[in-house]
Amino acid sequence: MADSCHHCDEFSRATLVRKAAAEAGRGLPAIEPGMPMPAGTGLDRRTFVTGTLGLALSVYGLGKLGLFEEGIAQAASGPAKPVLVSVFLPGGTDSLSVLYPALDDTYRKLRPKLALDASAGPQFTEDTRLYWHPSLKPLATLHGEKKVTVLPAVGYTHPDQSHFTSRHFWEVGATDARLASGWMGRYLDRVGGKDNPLQGLSLDYQLQPSLASTKVPVASLASPNDYTFWAPGVWGEVEDRMLAALRPLGARRSDPILNQAAKAAAQSDRLRRQLVPFAAGSEKGFGSPVAYPDVDDGFPKQLAGLAAMLAANLPLRCIAITAPGAYDTHSEQPQALAEGLDITARSLLAFQRDLEARGLADRVLTLVWSEFGRRAEENGSDGTDHGAAGSAFLIGTRVRGQMIGEFPGLKNLDEDGNLRPTSDFRGLYSALLEQWLGADAGGIIPNARSFARPALLA
Amino acid sequence: MPPPVYRGHFGKPQAERLLWRAGFGPRPGEAERLARLGLDGAVRSLTHPKRERLHGPRPHDGDGRSLAPYDRWGHDQLWWLDRMVRTSRPLAERMALVWHDWFATSREGVDSARLMLRQNQLFRRQGLGSFAEMLAAVTKDPAMLIWLSGTENTRWSPNENYARELMELFTLGAGRGYTERDVRQQARALTGWRNDWSRNLGPVRFRFDKERHDTGVKTIFGHRGRYDWRDSGRLCVHHRLHPSFFVTKLWSYFVPVPPKASTKRSLERLYVRSGHEIRPVVEAILRHPALYEGPRMVKPPVVYLAGLLRSLKRGVDTDSWTWLLSLAGQQLFYPPNVAGWDDTRWLDTATYRARWIIASYAIRPHVLDSGKAKLPYDANKLLHRAEAFLGEPSLTAHTHAELKHFAKRALSDAHSSWKKEQYPALVENALRQLLASSPDLQTC
Repeated sequence: MADSCHHCDEFSRATLVRKAAAEAGRGLPAIEPGMPMPAGTGLDRRTFVTGTLGLALSVYGLGKLGLFEEGIAQAASGPAKPVLVSVFLPGGTDSLSVLYPALDDTYRKLRPKLALDASAGPQFTEDTRLYWHPSLKPLATLHGEKKVTVLPAVGYTHPDQSHFTSRHFWEVGATDARLASGWMGRYLDRVGGKDNPLQGLSLDYQLQPSLASTKVPVASLASPNDYTFWAPGVWGEVEDRMLAALRPLGARRSDPILNQAAKAAAQSDRLRRQLVPFAAGSEKGFGSPVAYPDVDDGFPKQLAGLAAMLAANLPLRCIAITAPGAYDTHSEQPQALAEGLDITARSLLAFQRDLEARGLADRVLTLVWSEFGRRAEENGSDGTDHGAAGSAFLIGTRVRGQMIGEFPGLKNLDEDGNLRPTSDFRGLYSALLEQWLGADAGGIIPNARSFARPALLA
Repeated sequence: MPPPVYRGHFGKPQAERLLWRAGFGPRPGEAERLARLGLDGAVRSLTHPKRERLHGPRPHDGDGRSLAPYDRWGHDQLWWLDRMVRTSRPLAERMALVWHDWFATSREGVDSARLMLRQNQLFRRQGLGSFAEMLAAVTKDPAMLIWLSGTENTRWSPNENYARELMELFTLGAGRGYTERDVRQQARALTGWRNDWSRNLGPVRFRFDKERHDTGVKTIFGHRGRYDWRDSGRLCVHHRLHPSFFVTKLWSYFVPVPPKASTKRSLERLYVRSGHEIRPVVEAILRHPALYEGPRMVKPPVVYLAGLLRSLKRGVDTDSWTWLLSLAGQQLFYPPNVAGWDDTRWLDTATYRARWIIASYAIRPHVLDSGKAKLPYDANKLLHRAEAFLGEPSLTAHTHAELKHFAKRALSDAHSSWKKEQYPALVENALRQLLASSPDLQTC
């Protein structure tokens, strides 16, 4: 592996440069001068890339544990642990469009422009007053297979209508503005290991707050295929030595802040080692057995990479990712909502099918949530303003597939004209911790005892 | 009692720390020169600088074009980065960064490079002057008027956006000495600003319109009067809980642990007696023992990058810095929210890697060609060269030892004669990368 690693890094590096350039809106640059080819390999660019892909595939075919260091291998070799994937829909998704009461007079009165017709989306079989948003057909399909549990109005009392505050509440698992650690982070603090950053993985350019831990390491990376460390004019044995030097540079320091920086270096190094087999995997869809949506957004690729990491038996436990789409639909709601939900739902269906094909489905549960729902009455600009109770979903082969909390209807809105919650997110988290992750919610969710637990699993 | 002053040795490491905390790190030789001035002289040279001169090559983008900060995407960031790299008044730029974070305004909402840069000039010009005057200028600054809905705030439909943040984030702190009623009354006092919209320029002609202003009596912090936008800020600055908020927040930009109660009290007194001037408080913080004796600080990403370029005497010559800064968690002119950047969360596995890439981009123009470069087959000499290349930064003994260890082992792999010739250059390239991205250089 040490010999071939250089190729992976070079390839990913080219991918990274291309991606970055595309981001800056300049199109794709040529391969840069100064990007060294390994001396004497005699590979031109094309064969080099193909060779690299072949390498990536052969890596997938290898025995898995042999590639990882001891600590990781140890975490990975234990009995397979349940995995929770948290998918955040940013901006406050309109729950009255996600599942809409098509024939309700009040709905049509409150939503003269935005109301959707009964013919547009599939009927929701558990409550036939409701219809799935047309873009959510993939979820309706999974629901028909009893693999989706719907929370049609989840929230908390005294709703806060600030994105910032309400999202914070959801991330930390309490209506406490000062709590700084995430609810999954505190779970990992309880059960996680001190040498395994992959146990809490933020598939993002920065750490998702729900994973913020206080004791154990967690990681963030945008995609498992480009977490490489390249240096100009360094290759071969010297490159291997250079990368090996990261770990001792990250050793514990007495200055607390210098130690923070050292820790970041050490954790990055560990993560890099964990992800070596993925260094060039994305172009072939990570060897996924199913097709993911072929779209511009990175979301389906990230999910494909996630499934591949799980298949490689990497020790992942909690994963957080932000869904594509802009859900803060103060205007132009119909188009924005349809686009975001479409890519999200199709990608989630592909992910579920991928897990099923790889025999991993019973180990993984996906939670889809947003910081709040939206105002029942539409505003004057083809949109809706911030609301209170919103919708959430649990997806997986193990879920009960029966809704948690009923649809509250539009007759009894709160004083701001918003939907009232019929389930509480802290009760949901407590149930996930206890029934899915096998942990005591007591020390993780503040006041856990005061929230009713819905039954989650079949 | 005036605030305590550092009386220990003021040598190169202390001067280096001062230049990083109050600026963007030393150019080669600058820390040694500053150390010779002694603490007082060094601090004074930063807080009372001579006329600004720009050192080094003029900036351009990756295609060799001059920067067009108003017109080309990302050039506003490159423009500011260039000032940080080339200025002879680093504290003025560092204070502009402090105020950019303090009054966190984002182009995300303002949608105009012109207005963002106008606000940036305000922070540069008034960054060490009177806080009361700065607050008044910010209150009517066009970018801020758009960002926190100031021009949507009218006597007919008051908008509380700016009023709330004025107290919560800018002057008093959350829940300190004001009520929801004060928010509403402040919003009324702040009514009256408006602007027009131009198809080409966006928001234009920002002005105060008496017609839109609520001239009625307001009650703010228990005082009654026909208050307007000037009174609004003035009442905040004279609020009994403002000085403690001000000195603690300002302190946090320079020292990572909160000030002791006695230091805090003396800074508050200094601030109030000076008539709410910023400069004397900054001076006192820069001379304080906690800055030199306390723990290190994580360099914000843009400080890390600007400092790297200063140490390499490299100008701004590529647009890559814009996406690399955003990868590292600090896109200039786009703070993440109204509270600014979170200084406790600069480093995680994603942002550390971004800093690694920043380092590799920074050193790349000088990459040594292992087929041509003739370097000594000697780990000590190679490490000396790498340190000189990066401007001789002070290193911890641990980092120094690990780098040397790496160089020795990497050289020892060279068994064949071609490797003996080529490896020294590879090792030197690797040493530069490891040094530039070492924990030591992420902190100051």
